[in-house]
Amino acid sequence: MTTTLDTPSTPGHPAGGGRSPLSGFPGNRPIGLRPVDHLDLLEAHAVFILREVAAECERPVLLFSGGKDSAVLLRLAEKAFRPGRLPFPVMHVDTGHNFPEVLDFRDRRIEEMGEELLVASVQDAIDAGRVADPGPNGMRNRLQTTALLDAIRAHEFDACIGGARRDEDKARAKERVLSFRDSFGQWDPKQQRPELWQLYSGTVRPGESLRAFPLSDWTELDIWQYIAREQLALPSIYFAHRRPVIERGGMLLAASSWVSAGPGETARDETVRFRTVGDATCTGAILSEATTVAQIIRETAASRVSERGATRADDRLSETSMEDRKREGYF
Amino acid sequence: MDLLRFAAVGSVDDGKSTLIGRLLHDTKQLFDDQLEAVEAASRRRGVDGIDLSFVTDGLRAEREQGITIDVAYRYAATPTRKFVIADCPGHVQYTRNMATGASTADLALVVVDAPKGLREQTRRHVCIAALLGVRHLVVAANKMDRVGWDETAYRAVVEEMAHLASRLGLATCVVIPVSALHGDNVAVRGGSAPWYGGPTVLEALEAAPSGAWAGAHGDHRGSLARLPVQWVLRRPGGGRSYAGMVNGGSFRLGDRVVVLPGGQTSTVSGLRTVDTPMEEAPVGLSVSLDLADDLDVSRGDLVAGVAGAPEVVTELTATVCWFAARPLAVGDQYRVKHTTRVTPGRVTSVDRRLDVNDLRLDDARSLGENDIGTVTIEVASPLAVDPYRRNRITGSFVLIDPVTNATVAAGMVGLPELAAPDPGT
Ligand SMILES: Nc1nc2c(ncn2[C@@H]2O[C@H](COP(=O)(O)OP(=O)(O)OP(=O)(O)O)[C@@H](O)[C@H]2O)c(=O)[nH]1
Ligand SMILES: [Mg+2]
Repeated sequence: MTTTLDTPSTPGHPAGGGRSPLSGFPGNRPIGLRPVDHLDLLEAHAVFILREVAAECERPVLLFSGGKDSAVLLRLAEKAFRPGRLPFPVMHVDTGHNFPEVLDFRDRRIEEMGEELLVASVQDAIDAGRVADPGPNGMRNRLQTTALLDAIRAHEFDACIGGARRDEDKARAKERVLSFRDSFGQWDPKQQRPELWQLYSGTVRPGESLRAFPLSDWTELDIWQYIAREQLALPSIYFAHRRPVIERGGMLLAASSWVSAGPGETARDETVRFRTVGDATCTGAILSEATTVAQIIRETAASRVSERGATRADDRLSETSMEDRKREGYF
Repeated sequence: MDLLRFAAVGSVDDGKSTLIGRLLHDTKQLFDDQLEAVEAASRRRGVDGIDLSFVTDGLRAEREQGITIDVAYRYAATPTRKFVIADCPGHVQYTRNMATGASTADLALVVVDAPKGLREQTRRHVCIAALLGVRHLVVAANKMDRVGWDETAYRAVVEEMAHLASRLGLATCVVIPVSALHGDNVAVRGGSAPWYGGPTVLEALEAAPSGAWAGAHGDHRGSLARLPVQWVLRRPGGGRSYAGMVNGGSFRLGDRVVVLPGGQTSTVSGLRTVDTPMEEAPVGLSVSLDLADDLDVSRGDLVAGVAGAPEVVTELTATVCWFAARPLAVGDQYRVKHTTRVTPGRVTSVDRRLDVNDLRLDDARSLGENDIGTVTIEVASPLAVDPYRRNRITGSFVLIDPVTNATVAAGMVGLPELAAPDPGT
């Protein structure tokens, strides 16, 4: 069962259930029977970038969180390299604060594709004493950087392919498709490499690395339209459901073993969905009745609040949270 | 829906970011939380009201210094059109970033501080945009509020821009008197310039022809079939497909093609996007292509239609924008990245340097940072190239420093075409 336009979703089910890599992708009418549209062009560009990174870099890795952008990214990787195997492993940088629905989806999707999954674990970094545990209600998004950089060093990755989009944040809006990082993983926004036309240059020296963003030019709406067209499955938490939430700092956090009601707070049941999926302690839900991709597309087109503005506590810490995290080596 | 990619260019502080912020604000393209964040950042810096340049100037250093350092990309849509907007920096130190933003643009939105007139950097940006293949300009004669909407300031910009546009062979050039600060003639007309009857910036952007940019459509629709091979896919049961983006014309089943630089010919026997077979692969799509004959084809080769195939050269005659602090001189060695092929190259001559003020090509022996000039480069392995004028992908390359891996130049195959100066000026 797949998630399609206007049919109630059975979220979390794998797309096309157990397809072999050779069988057809569901979805749109072939080109030739319809004009090329903007999704075709975005797809073509993203596939082009994935192939350039695979060809130019020695040891790339694709980052997969189980969220909607990484679900799109993984589908694009299939499109770029099938009928062959993906020329890189898939890695989840795991904060340890996961929505179970997302982990289920992650594992099912990887198994279905027959690819290799690496897990870079923040919990391991904490247990090894590499970083301090921010405590039971603490945010772990920032700690992902340590786990990511450790994994880059351990596996000698020279490129991490991620699903970040430029419309998400004002620092991301400035970042190159192939974003150079020094041997400490740092982004220097004042020293970005020129990046002309489609000439992506993937060479780095030992220890240095790249972040590669094939979805740079996609917007949140494009992502949902593509999900509809490709009939991509997603974790169920992207669709409206009832769950206990705790209101904190203007956000609705899912009550969980990591997030419990503090003084003056109470958990209450609401019908919500998530617009992004990250660490469960800093990802907020929005009130929504949208249970299908088509309904989400309508809500997304009409929304007055940005994706991260609605849902990410880690971006509210300061004016330049994302830039600061990227300077430290974040995705 | 059709898509227009445009880049805001022009000299530092002339109001590019304010204009883009104003355009997004007045067309309701900003989310409430983004607008609140811009208001809060403005208050924190003691700005009276709202500083709309903060919509795109998102880096800490940019907000501290009040200038743009690198390109910001924004995405917007009106009922008729989608826009990809590149807000480029004006400061001469960041010319390389402006070139990055303009290299994929269909149109340049040139912002001029009208009371001050065109600066050298305005001319440099217009030259770079024109060399990069931009054929359409929308010019905002900005800060008209500073001179009480005096028409003479506007007229001076019209005259200078018309001259520049005709020398550079640009197709269209619309000049609009605006105030990015107050919004007149940006998205709404306002009554400040009763003497002006032309379009607003928004109207001009909506009316401009779209799709000159190669990856997508437009110019390259009538061009010749080109597919640089990116990746070789092995098909189960034997056989190979060649994956890449169609960067010119289109390929149809049965087309006779040549694989360059080797020169072997064959016939297109299969075309697909992933596993969906197609009769014709149009420009801008990533596809895989099968050939009827078992040829030795690998990444870096170019598949082209046999008629009008590109020239195979071991020496490039090219126009370059030079980005490094160290000058470009004869004998220097770089890596040349052209389509999907990377090969060592050596500069065999530096010929001319463009004087952006007089639009004159002067004799030169080296190029300094941010100079535009003409050079010849000998390459270690042959390249199949088109003149840039005919194809923005197969006609372009970058030079990469072999030690630091920094991209140090943007190169365009062929020499700049400058119209003779109008004898009247
Ligand atoms: N009076 C007046 N001031 C303006 C107008 N447009 C911009 N300014 C001011 O000009 C200054 C520079 O504006 P920016 O938008 O940052 O200029 P820019 O062209 O983006 O500058 P760079 O990106 O650094 O090249 C700011 O102080 C603006 O408030 C205008 O229409 N009228
Ligand atoms: Mg600016």
